[in-house]
Amino acid sequence: MSFAWAKQYEPQTALTKWLDDKLPLPRLVYSAVGAGYPVPRNLNYMWNFGVLAGFCLMIQIVTGVVLAMHYAANATVAFGTVEHIMRNVNYGWMLRYAHANGASFFFIVIYMHIFRGLFYSSYKAPREMIWLLGVVIFLLMMATAFMGYVLPWGQMSFWGAQVITGLFSAIPLVGEPLQVWLLGGFAPDNAALNRFFSLHFLMPFVIAGVVILHIWALHIPGSSNPTGVEVKQESDTVPFHPYYTTKDGFGLGVFLILFTTMVFFLPNALGHPDNYIEANPLSTPAHIVPEWYFWPFYAILRAFTGDLSIPFTGIVLIPAKLLGVIAMFGSILLWFILPWLDKSPVRSGHYRPLFRKFFWFGLIPTMIALFICGGAPAEEPYVVISQIATAYYFLHFLVILPIISQIEVPKALPFSITEAVLGNSKAAEAPRATGVVGGGDAGSLPDGSLQPAE
Amino acid sequence: MSIRLGGIIAGLAITAVLLFWSLAPGVYNYAFGPAPEKQPSYAFYEHGEGPEGGFSFDGAFGKWDYAQLQRGYQVYKEVCSACHSLKFVAFRNLQELGYTEAEVDAEAASWTVPGIDPATGETTTRPGEPTDYFPMPFPNAIAAAAANNNAIPPDLSLMTKARHDGSNYVYSLLTGYTEPDPEKAAKVGFETPVGLYFNKHFPNVNIAMAPPLAVDGQVTYADGTNATIPQMATDVAAFLTWTAEPSLVQRKQTGWFVIGFLLFATVLAFLSYKQIWAGLKPKKG
Repeated sequence: MSFAWAKQYEPQTALTKWLDDKLPLPRLVYSAVGAGYPVPRNLNYMWNFGVLAGFCLMIQIVTGVVLAMHYAANATVAFGTVEHIMRNVNYGWMLRYAHANGASFFFIVIYMHIFRGLFYSSYKAPREMIWLLGVVIFLLMMATAFMGYVLPWGQMSFWGAQVITGLFSAIPLVGEPLQVWLLGGFAPDNAALNRFFSLHFLMPFVIAGVVILHIWALHIPGSSNPTGVEVKQESDTVPFHPYYTTKDGFGLGVFLILFTTMVFFLPNALGHPDNYIEANPLSTPAHIVPEWYFWPFYAILRAFTGDLSIPFTGIVLIPAKLLGVIAMFGSILLWFILPWLDKSPVRSGHYRPLFRKFFWFGLIPTMIALFICGGAPAEEPYVVISQIATAYYFLHFLVILPIISQIEVPKALPFSITEAVLGNSKAAEAPRATGVVGGGDAGSLPDGSLQPAE
Repeated sequence: MSIRLGGIIAGLAITAVLLFWSLAPGVYNYAFGPAPEKQPSYAFYEHGEGPEGGFSFDGAFGKWDYAQLQRGYQVYKEVCSACHSLKFVAFRNLQELGYTEAEVDAEAASWTVPGIDPATGETTTRPGEPTDYFPMPFPNAIAAAAANNNAIPPDLSLMTKARHDGSNYVYSLLTGYTEPDPEKAAKVGFETPVGLYFNKHFPNVNIAMAPPLAVDGQVTYADGTNATIPQMATDVAAFLTWTAEPSLVQRKQTGWFVIGFLLFATVLAFLSYKQIWAGLKPKKG
């Protein structure tokens, strides 16, 4: 994989030569995230978020493993052991706040990463597999975050578990037994807490495994870039190290400043006060809301207020609850067919005038509206707004994207990345590598057929 | 092509179901249906503000006022602890309020905690020790409810984190016992039910807790501070902020150190990024 001009690892010392013979791990790292991985030279800051997401996963695993040493997954003591961590464990408050806010920042980073992919159409050929694996990671993250929120066993933990597992009860025939099976009882209790803890510990490592596949798949075609024009020549790329290690290092610094500001100065701002009240099955909170990063999908769930029935007969075909559940899961699952819905040959939103308008003035306001409505109580005007926004969400991906990819006239693309960066005249002078086309793996080289609108 | 056609059909179907079966009936109800009923108590609720001048621990540089925390502890001990537990706090923690070890020993011994008679094994009571946690005022939830008109007094350890803007909430609740505006109450037929008390800063304005701070001078402060109701409310709200988050001040101080280091490291990272990329960037003009 990778390009013909990618530098090869050359062990210098006897020890590294010996290691390279037996287990070429340094060679793997060198080719994956070192000087041996050529990356387009024109990546903007939106391309920082992949590395940041990997860093967030590591923060969560490290803090989580230490927290698990002090936590007990038992409904009678779970809430107390969290307070034990906050009060008696050395720097336990820092670990717990870093873990809780780390989840929020993980989602901020992942949403930036996803919406970067949506704007620059990173999901298009030849990168469909990277996108599909990314959606799998996102789904695993949602499951992990949900189960993690149950562990402190506060009021929102308990009632959130009740509501989310209750979604499965909407499935016809098997729904109710399925919910009981998932919870290990008729309501969230010790059985549910124990299995959620077990799975919450397991899932991050599953995510890490899929992340490795995600990066592996990335290294077949190489990174996309803001022009959407594929790499053609050596002057289009720079080695990942030191160019993007330093740029990502700076991005990581900015990220950590924002993250630690929340951890040390506003640690509870993103949480719900009710979760500092111990779980009580006899007292329902006034408004049950999930964590903020689920709000857009929660709004889609609640947008369906009426049963699908045959008018004037009262025959219910699909109850409202099931419609909401289908729509909520469908809103994410439709991302799996996104590479085949948007067939425009141009990738980057910068060169797609119509697509860009619908992205900035359609999709983004819709996501903001869904976010606000998902966190608001289920009353007017939030219900109507979430219904209109939900309708637009599905129309955008399933109807508008396929249609504009047919009728849109894209802007002229630059010939190459080098031309886009240096301008037309200078591109000709730019040093070019020998063996520009041909050589290397056939599947990895831009073969012209993937080039849009030329 | 078939995926796109299927997608368009599915998208239009979902939208149609949403618009015709959920949105349209909702809008019709909203326009022509009965107006949603609002509880009359909504008209009397007022959002509570904190004490004048705020708390010493507010803000990014906030610090504990130890004299205030000790006064707040006294209010808890003499007033709140009759009904409210503090189960996540141990007597040993009081040392963080500026008490000496000997003072903590004496303070712990002034409380009675459940114990076991070493001779007979019978349950009994004994004076507290620093390692003990604050005792529960009622033997169980049923006893707590029975003694309090069916409302169980909540544990106060985490109260200021379990309510939005908790420190100010506790202060405003303790100073929010007033009478409802009689004209307004007569107009909407509002009356506080028997056994409950009107409090304009409680979400549904009818609270089961009798006014705990009823008169000025209810507590005689050891440090001679004039114990007005707002003073006692401020002090106990500060104390409960400490019980909810003993690490609050340490957390903020650590934060400044961490962010200072990160700013330095980020500037270095930025400079190295600029230096590495210097040869690559196109020169302007």
